[in-house]
Amino acid sequence: MRNILAVAGKELRSYFHSPIAYLVMAVYSVLCGFFFYSFTATYVVQTFRMQAMGGMGMPSMTINDYVIRPLFEGVLAIVLLLLIPLITMRLYAEEKRSGTIELLLTSPITDLQIILGKFLGALLLYGTMIVITFGYLGVLFIYGNPFAKPLIAQAVGLFLFGGALLALGMWISTFTKNQIIAAVVSFAVFLLFYVLNWVTAYSSGAVSRVLAYLSLTTHFDAFSKGVVDLKDLVYYLSVIVLGIFLTARSVEALKGRV
Amino acid sequence: MIEVENLTKRYGPTLAVSGVSFQVQKGEVLGFLGPNGAGKTTTMRIITGFLSASSGRVRVAGFDVAEAPLEAKKRVGYLPENPPVYTDMTVNEYLAFVGRIKGVARTELKKRIAEVSEKCAVADVQNRQIGKLSKGYRQRVGLAQAMIHNPEVLILDEPTAGLDPKQIIETRELIKGLAGQHTVILSTHILPEVSKTCQRVVVINKGTVVAMGAPDELTARLQGYGTVLVTAEGPAPEITSKLQTVPGVTLVEQRESSGPRITLEVHTEKNHDVRAELARAVVQSGWGLFELKTSGMSLEDIFLKLTTRDLGEEAAAQKELPAGGGEAKAEN
Repeated sequence: MRNILAVAGKELRSYFHSPIAYLVMAVYSVLCGFFFYSFTATYVVQTFRMQAMGGMGMPSMTINDYVIRPLFEGVLAIVLLLLIPLITMRLYAEEKRSGTIELLLTSPITDLQIILGKFLGALLLYGTMIVITFGYLGVLFIYGNPFAKPLIAQAVGLFLFGGALLALGMWISTFTKNQIIAAVVSFAVFLLFYVLNWVTAYSSGAVSRVLAYLSLTTHFDAFSKGVVDLKDLVYYLSVIVLGIFLTARSVEALKGRV
Repeated sequence: MIEVENLTKRYGPTLAVSGVSFQVQKGEVLGFLGPNGAGKTTTMRIITGFLSASSGRVRVAGFDVAEAPLEAKKRVGYLPENPPVYTDMTVNEYLAFVGRIKGVARTELKKRIAEVSEKCAVADVQNRQIGKLSKGYRQRVGLAQAMIHNPEVLILDEPTAGLDPKQIIETRELIKGLAGQHTVILSTHILPEVSKTCQRVVVINKGTVVAMGAPDELTARLQGYGTVLVTAEGPAPEITSKLQTVPGVTLVEQRESSGPRITLEVHTEKNHDVRAELARAVVQSGWGLFELKTSGMSLEDIFLKLTTRDLGEEAAAQKELPAGGGEAKAEN
């Protein structure tokens, strides 16, 4: 555990020594802030309209459904497409480029400890980043009265979703010395997983059902509605475990054992 | 302390290291000598556990690096060719991180950092960012890193690369000072380094060990004859024939001549010191004697002899190859 924390601490320090952490958090705050403002403003305008019409026969509009849920789904896209590759690109690529991988792999710590340390470091940065979302949401609690409980599910979902991508991004980072390549490949893979559920729109066979199941977005639906479903939980946790396992295999291959 | 048995490493079809075996005793400084690309770094990386061997085994302090890697790694400090430093950290932060992952106890960490910083002369830059340090400092930070957990074994891949002459001397002194308490393997292609710092040498070329022994021993083994260089003033043919008559001399060759002064290379029988007789022969004949010195075979000569002989053999093998290929075709 001490070793894992030492590596995690080193990763976090590197993030904050370089512009990456600040860049990622700044980009996130701005985009997330714009999403939040747009959804809130739309909501406010629409509720006024509804009230003017007397709201007859219309379902009541809740903040949860019209602000918070779209916000989480929008955040997903930014986090997914842009920021996670920026967080994971350096994890192994930079160690390989600078030769410090030799230090890590010849130290009396296991590969798994190094991997978990790196994953934890990246996860902590990611966690810090998504806390910003809840800062925005806090505003809603001051001026409105949304339900708080769904937020827990949404937070858990966002965290797991990010964790899954971080694990995969870390794996991709083991293949290259070049951070840019790691980032671009991660971006492409994440995008593919993001849109994999589109197949259900034009096909309904077993293959498309499997592809839709594999899509990262499918499993976020329930979370974004405020429901923690065991099968989604299992899905994200398995992707995290898979990512860590693949990273371990890839590091093993670096030593020429395969 | 270190036992390397029949080590082989393949990268795809290329054989980087082939059947290398040697042992290093406790407290010994072993020089690993060879031209660039000979397999020095690969061998060292296998000993440190960074690479795995294709076959063969390595034991460090009795622990097999493949079977008990953590136990072996605890006992090894490693300085790779490029010092593995994090350029965004300060020297102190870096040494603290390395100390932690190398298992230095929290309570001792500060003391160890101070000790190795002192030893490797990096204490004056302890709060500077490593990325802003010169190559020489980075190299020494790398050395400090290798020693932070006070390992029994130190593996140093070209430890003096990138240092200035003064730093090279200091680093050699430092390594020499490690002998006794630490077992050291250092690789280099700079020959004087070996004779100055190592008790034993392993010469490696094209992935195989071509010679092994103490530097003097190697010199003696490869030297079939002694050589004396004589510089004299006088008629060259006469001096040559005169010197040839001295007992113990097997061959006299003219090396160079500038004006009336000539330099002759006198080959003698092994362990036969003929210098006094040579001097007498020259002076008694009335010629001027300017210089007389033995020219033992230097490590450079041995190195070249060992590594180029191999090249020659390979060239010969390659010449035979097309013929073999032709035969194979004929059979088809």
